[in-house]
Amino acid sequence: MTNIEKYNNAFIESLNVDEKNLSGLTYQSIAEWDSVGHMNLIANIEETFEIMMETDDIVDLSSYIKGIEILKKYEIEF
Amino acid sequence: MKLNSRLLQDKVVLITGCNRGIGKAILDKFASNGAIIYASARQEGILNEEAKLLSVKYSTRIIPVYFDVTDSNALKETFMKINKEYKRLDCIINNAGVMEDALIGMVTEAVLQKTFAVNVFAPINMIQYATKIMKRQNCGSIVNISSIVGTNGNPGQIVYSASKGAVISLTKTAAKELAVNNIRVNAIAPGMIDTDMFRSIGEIRISERISKIGMSRLGTPEEVADAALFLASDLSVYITGQIIGVDGAAII
Repeated sequence: MTNIEKYNNAFIESLNVDEKNLSGLTYQSIAEWDSVGHMNLIANIEETFEIMMETDDIVDLSSYIKGIEILKKYEIEF
Repeated sequence: MKLNSRLLQDKVVLITGCNRGIGKAILDKFASNGAIIYASARQEGILNEEAKLLSVKYSTRIIPVYFDVTDSNALKETFMKINKEYKRLDCIINNAGVMEDALIGMVTEAVLQKTFAVNVFAPINMIQYATKIMKRQNCGSIVNISSIVGTNGNPGQIVYSASKGAVISLTKTAAKELAVNNIRVNAIAPGMIDTDMFRSIGEIRISERISKIGMSRLGTPEEVADAALFLASDLSVYITGQIIGVDGAAII
């Protein structure tokens, strides 16, 4: 499985969202991506990529696109 | 469960401030109950001998880790190490703390900052990192060390008592927030315990203090460690958000 597939799965599993809707997804744009959903998403991403994200990055991960940008800091290639 | 069984057999635990006093007693108690322990202290190398001795004595594994609890990068690296090596974390003991007394009017900014950095901000960061691992396994126990002065106050300890009061409130909030993940958060509020930190107040004041203890003696670090063992173990699986006084009926 590629990294982008893993990343997508984290969103799909944590936020119960369709893959076709991922690219424009932003924090609190759907009911599932509330603060609790956000922490579940972060936990899923951290477990998937075996990383521990900085608190600032957790707060900054405000969209699907932004998340890709942030994960590159953790040497995850897309 | 047999009372003489090892209550923490194979549980992975992180304890801060293991080099002396209550932390050292908790380290010994948990090792004797079979825990795999990441034992932390600030001073590089200070726990190496103790870790070897306890590992052999109790047939378990004690891993010394050295960091300043106020260094969030070092904290993160420690939790990543635990996650890499064991993929689980059953308990953390937020024990490391500082106590510097000052009367109102003599409290310096430096004492304020240091006390809250070590006694309050560090435990919050510890909880943030620990729960990343604990949430994945859907269980865990967090034990914070507060103080009787955090519940009752004490002249000359406005900063220390405020910091230990904060430990109580953060414990209660974390317990409520993390209950859904089956992560328990409790605190111990020791009274007057016979440690180097307590003895720093001087013999005359120690005698005065003992006269205010219902049991007429100082507590021992081992007696605090017993409470920590209970809260870390499966004997307390339905206990969370509680502040356990270990104080021999002290009046303060």
